[in-house]
Amino acid sequence: MAQDLVTLDQFSLQEREVEQALARVNVRDVDYADIYFESTIAESVSMEEGIVKRAVKSVSQGAGVRATAGDKTGFAYSDELSKRDLDLAADHARHIVRSPKGDAPVPVTHRPAPAAARNLYPLDAPLTDVDVRERVELLTLIDREARRCDPRITKVMASVAVEQKTMLVATTDGLRAGDVQPLSRLQVTCIAEEGGNRQTGTFGGGGRVAFSFYREQDRAQAFAREAARQAILNLGAVDAPAGVMPVVLAGGWPGILLHEAVGHGLEADFNRRKTSAFSNLMGRRVASDVCTVVDDGTLPFRRGSLNIDDEGTPTTRTMLIEKGILHGYLTDRLNARLMGIPLTGNGRREDFRSIVLPRMTNTFMLAGESEPEDILRSVKNGLYAVSFGGGQVDITNGKFVFSASEAYLIEDGKVTKPVKGATLIGNGPDVLRNVSMVGHDLQLDSGIGTCGKEGQSVPVGVGLPTIRIDELTVGGTAA
Amino acid sequence: MADENGRGVTGMDTSRHNLNEVAADLVARARARGVTAADVLVAEGESTEVQVRLSEADRLSRAREKRLGLRVFFGKRSATASTSDFAGASLERLVDDTCDLAKAVAEDETSGLPEESAMATDIPDLDLHDPAAPTVEDAMDRARRAERAAMDADPRITNSEGAECASAHGAVVLANTHGFVGAHRSSHFSLAVTPVAEGADGQGMQRDSWFTVSRKWRALETPEAVGAVAAARTLRRLSARKVKTRRVPVVFDPQIAESLLGHLAGAVSGYALYKGASFLLGRLGQSIAPPHVSIEDNGRMAGRLGSRPFDGEGVPTRKTMIVDQGVLTGYLLDTYSGKKLGMASTGNAARGPGETPSVSPTNLFLHPGGASSDEIIRSVKEGLYVTDLIGFGVNPVTGDYSRGASGMWIDHGELAYPVQEVTIAGNLKQMFRDIEMIGNDLEFRGSVASPTVKIREMMLGGQ
Repeated sequence: MAQDLVTLDQFSLQEREVEQALARVNVRDVDYADIYFESTIAESVSMEEGIVKRAVKSVSQGAGVRATAGDKTGFAYSDELSKRDLDLAADHARHIVRSPKGDAPVPVTHRPAPAAARNLYPLDAPLTDVDVRERVELLTLIDREARRCDPRITKVMASVAVEQKTMLVATTDGLRAGDVQPLSRLQVTCIAEEGGNRQTGTFGGGGRVAFSFYREQDRAQAFAREAARQAILNLGAVDAPAGVMPVVLAGGWPGILLHEAVGHGLEADFNRRKTSAFSNLMGRRVASDVCTVVDDGTLPFRRGSLNIDDEGTPTTRTMLIEKGILHGYLTDRLNARLMGIPLTGNGRREDFRSIVLPRMTNTFMLAGESEPEDILRSVKNGLYAVSFGGGQVDITNGKFVFSASEAYLIEDGKVTKPVKGATLIGNGPDVLRNVSMVGHDLQLDSGIGTCGKEGQSVPVGVGLPTIRIDELTVGGTAA
Repeated sequence: MADENGRGVTGMDTSRHNLNEVAADLVARARARGVTAADVLVAEGESTEVQVRLSEADRLSRAREKRLGLRVFFGKRSATASTSDFAGASLERLVDDTCDLAKAVAEDETSGLPEESAMATDIPDLDLHDPAAPTVEDAMDRARRAERAAMDADPRITNSEGAECASAHGAVVLANTHGFVGAHRSSHFSLAVTPVAEGADGQGMQRDSWFTVSRKWRALETPEAVGAVAAARTLRRLSARKVKTRRVPVVFDPQIAESLLGHLAGAVSGYALYKGASFLLGRLGQSIAPPHVSIEDNGRMAGRLGSRPFDGEGVPTRKTMIVDQGVLTGYLLDTYSGKKLGMASTGNAARGPGETPSVSPTNLFLHPGGASSDEIIRSVKEGLYVTDLIGFGVNPVTGDYSRGASGMWIDHGELAYPVQEVTIAGNLKQMFRDIEMIGNDLEFRGSVASPTVKIREMMLGGQ
């Protein structure tokens, strides 16, 4: 099991040094403290103009020390892993509790880590061990495939990024847990030109998967064809309509709607501070009864999955909305403790330089019973959105926005012209109340999601079956 | 963490490493490996951030870090690698890794360091560094005062996402096989507060924020002033409505107008242009806006947040007119993207250690016009005054633009009531042509700055 393989040796540290640093931060008034050790190797290779021009590698390691007291957090980090640096970080972290001078450190004894129950991403070898030439070959293949699709494809850009993160967290309540977290992503962008018209198409995917994933079932070529198809499609796209209309979302990546519209609003920190549009809605109806939404960090090989979160808590599947009723929040240790609610294993951080925040893992709506074709047929005039660029939410007033990168008009129950530049805007606590049909075709995204919060980026997954939203504002340019 | 903004010839006062020596040593190690050319970028920084919420200390973060990046060339093949471990064995491994990677990629005819003659020879002091290191208590006090000023401003301010006060110091050294060694230091101080307001109408909460930022600790605005503006910005959002779908004039407040300059910077970036991924492709020398529009990038402005004496490749920064009286006159270029377009670098290479250069603006701003923001609002019979935008609905290739907006409805020249949950849409090419009025209220609150801007007409999507 991956977790068992992570030891302090990998960070060139002695058991005693870590215990001493923990004791040093664990002064009176500190409820909880932890040290997060991380070592990450990341490599990215990119191609444009038919040649692989760029290769970039980065190696970083360091430790973050955190102390919490009530709702206060003290945090310090260092990219040097010497005893001196750990002690200094511990002193800075405990400064938050302003313990009186001379306050004695409280020793911390650690219990042996429980045997790892699972490994959601067992890989034979570190991703970074894959010969860079193999990655170069893959990108060359993609370039050829995309150009072969259509002579109007004039530019192809592609990149493959791999990362191998080793983490270990040591806590004042005696936990010692580590994990090796592989992550990779392949991204293709095509530009299509016709006359003076230039359009782009992008597709990508990945996860906590072995490099062979991209070769299996000719996935890399399929990514290239998909990016090319979108670029060509957009050449013929008409201006998006503006106004309120029924919207059908396709399965998969459009699940970003859940992430923006409800997911962020259900992260515990905003609710503890009562600054979320969802504060005080627990147990209340926030969606129609065909909507059930979960966050699940336990799906094998998925981009948003983790064996343990960054506080050592095993990830779980958390019911967020059950048949339309708000059921639970996503928590880290601090917020679970302060709110007196269950720990869900959603304490995540970008790296050792960042503090832990409650974050999503893979967030999706469970399949319903409708036929996707019936859902489309049910709409007289509206918008069918198949893929999105990105989205954003204002947690406090609940307003969210996301931008369609592939969308079509629905006219008389039929999918007709592709449209460009459509933006959807709505209110988080309202939008799911307007969901009247949910398809049986739940699909997870291809593994490209990165979520930003307080300046920290973490990989996440989303998923959705085909759904019908009776009313949503579409922001286009056509009246 | 440091960026490239700063000066000085040694590292931090408290540095455990002489950055110049580290950089020079690594260039020598690379040379010994037979590279044709190489450059090294080393950065070191220290920062402290405190966060206060509802007057209580909420979070205290301290950071100290360093990073070193090496780029090597074997003829026309190149690769880049970086590490945070400055120990000898680690540096040897870094050189090995970088050389191995370089041998695996294709030859790229355009690649290479800047010409020796293009390197900065004079590194002016741009007044970017203030050694002041506020104590944690001092920073806490400022944050607390800013939050209190916001909370005390009005009983409808009922909650807070907190106030933050941060300080950072950084140093950067760049060295290459031309024998160039350049260094600079910088500092960065900021104070921000995000109050939450709730109206009596049961229509839910609103939040907004305000901030002050400077390279000088003493130049920060008072916490009371920051808190008062944050409160006013938050309060004016309460009881917001949706409005009907229609075409209307749109006025961008200065904070929001900045984002238009950001989109322009993306479109005139050499990388976007040579990849054909810009809505301004082929427009150099042509009119893209009315004659009252002039947009400047200037990396040499003393004390400004986007200033730096040399760019990420060691090329001197300078002033470049991007748009001069409505005509597109300049691009933002580094050595590579410049060569691709048959042009010289404009000193806009942006780069952290271990990154290949990209392009970014330095201090980018729209020259102010003659009207006050009130006069601009008064010129609108019916339209939207935009104070916030969300979402990513901008296509840099086509210029298609559609974003979520909130702000105030303008009725017969007066700000009438707040508006939210609407979209504004158009195309950036047309939006720049439609800049009808520019305010006289230019203020540098970041590296990109704009006065109030009025766009003749956009599509508003609402009810």
